[in-house]
Amino acid sequence: MTSSLLLPPGLVLVLGGLLLPTLRDAWRSAFALLLPVVVLALVWTLPDGAAFTVRFLDYTLEPVKADALSRLFATIFTIMAFAGALFALRQARVLELAAAFAYAGGAIGVAFAGDLLSLFVFWELMAICSTLVLWAAGTESSYKAAMRYLMVHLLGGVVLMTGIVIHIVETGSIVFTAMKPETVGTWMILAGFLVNAGAPPLSAWLPDAYPEASPSGMVFLSAFTTKTAVYVLLRGFPGAEILVFVGLYMVFYGIIYALLENDMRRILAYSIINQVGFMVTGIGIGTELALNGAAAHAFTHIIYKALLLMSAGSVLYQTGKRKCTDLGGLFQSMPLTAVCGIIGALSISSFPLTSGFISKSMINDAAGHEHMIWAWLLLTAASAGVFLHAGIKFPWFVFFQKDSGLRPADPPRNMRYAMVLFAFLCIGLGVYPDPLYAILPFPVDYVPYTASHVVQMLQLLLFSGLAFFLLLPAMKRTLTITLDVDWFYRKFFAWLAVDLVESALKAYAAATRQLLAMVDGILGVVRTLHGPQGPLARTSAAGGMVIWVVLFLGAYLAVYLTWQ
Amino acid sequence: MHARTEKELHWLVRPATIRLLWRYGFAILAVLVLLDFAISPHPYFGIDGSFGFFAWYGLATCAAMVIVAKGLGLFLKRKDTYYDE
Repeated sequence: MTSSLLLPPGLVLVLGGLLLPTLRDAWRSAFALLLPVVVLALVWTLPDGAAFTVRFLDYTLEPVKADALSRLFATIFTIMAFAGALFALRQARVLELAAAFAYAGGAIGVAFAGDLLSLFVFWELMAICSTLVLWAAGTESSYKAAMRYLMVHLLGGVVLMTGIVIHIVETGSIVFTAMKPETVGTWMILAGFLVNAGAPPLSAWLPDAYPEASPSGMVFLSAFTTKTAVYVLLRGFPGAEILVFVGLYMVFYGIIYALLENDMRRILAYSIINQVGFMVTGIGIGTELALNGAAAHAFTHIIYKALLLMSAGSVLYQTGKRKCTDLGGLFQSMPLTAVCGIIGALSISSFPLTSGFISKSMINDAAGHEHMIWAWLLLTAASAGVFLHAGIKFPWFVFFQKDSGLRPADPPRNMRYAMVLFAFLCIGLGVYPDPLYAILPFPVDYVPYTASHVVQMLQLLLFSGLAFFLLLPAMKRTLTITLDVDWFYRKFFAWLAVDLVESALKAYAAATRQLLAMVDGILGVVRTLHGPQGPLARTSAAGGMVIWVVLFLGAYLAVYLTWQ
Repeated sequence: MHARTEKELHWLVRPATIRLLWRYGFAILAVLVLLDFAISPHPYFGIDGSFGFFAWYGLATCAAMVIVAKGLGLFLKRKDTYYDE
């Protein structure tokens, strides 16, 4: 409680985002650009440890608890909020910008959450705000995708909450610290985290939803959800062996699906899963080098992935087209967008002198240091595959290949500035990684630039480039999508539901028919008895009536007397 | 679109430029492999220190990934209007 600036940075960004719609034009722009700067200052004035505590039921919450790891992630989330706001400033709807700020605030909230309950609150806030970002695109397809996205994340949230409750009941502690996946509670927490990381089996939510967002919406979406998942895995499950397998699966899932994809932003969506796979593998390896590598890679990944999506978003904004089959040759009229896209592509591929090189290499080398030969071989193959599916494929099919005849200009000024800023950061961190290394969770004793490392990486990448151009005929884009697990909830369950309803309706119709036949039968009997010719409907003479009355009275008398 | 003469094309996509790019590209690849003689790698396993390992491994694994993707595509590819119907 030493500083007077103990405002929770995440909450400031959330509230600031909610304030945005009340401001007008120039004020709103200025506020949107200033707010992340203020939040960044708050992030760096927070002292280590819990800033304050809150009593809730029998528990002590620590909503804001800082250390190196949380500060690292909060920093990149804030930088991302700034660059995303700059990119979206004049083009996005206010709803999108406001939701994106609250979303980023939620991510920062997760990064500083010292206990599982605070974490869960910010976690769900992110789910809702990211749905709104998606929704803000305003199209029919974005609305439907947002609903599917929300369902998956609410499911993940329920699994996470259940896990947290079991964990708290078992241990009596709500502190968010390193766990081992050994009990039902911790397994469920891990599963809840992995849903947001885009891990199998539910990876499909990501490439299904993100590409339906607006050009700027996907830039925001690419940064926060999967990377907060990386953060909570880093803090919650370092060294959990299963993450090595999950991560390696994600790495190749991303490559294979991206290779088959035609939509430029879906290619980049699959490559998010691929890149997060590297980080998850690093967390599973669990040594200090591997964890540093995973954290550093999350940092650099947010920047180059946002840059790639800004480049793709600019193309979409200027042309309204998103399929590789419709694009091509755009480098001629969009040189800046092309150059920035290429810088992002080189970074994601870990080219020397770009940011990816100084972060991903740490994960690969950690696998080597631990003598995990299979993990190392697979990670190295995947590094080559990144260049193949994103590094060359994206720029080649969008900016080169055939001439589509389209001649759109570079996008408006604010979008260009945002791209240039992140392109500059990609190269800057690649050339001078020390500032990033200085804020990693563990002390860094790593030299990325050795002659052998540079030569080996260039061999790997340029020969995978050769493979791309030799196999170009096999890479020809087609008007297709590739089925994924979402098929189950978009088609199969729908069919199942329709089939069930249909057979239920048939059974209902049959039952109704039977019932009607029964009613008909009863009515027939009634008609025979009471109908015009029925024995009970006949009229009788008064004399007959008198006889009946006498008979009944006599019978009554007889019964009465015998009873006595 | 009418066929355009070489002069009308952007210099980067003229056939002459592309031929040149292929030539320089192969030269760079050759130099990179030969640089293996000049560096002193610190292999973790042994195979990663062998001559030209990263070159052939990059080429071979990429080819394998493209083939696997094509194979999977045979089963899982659908028209991109599949979910709209």
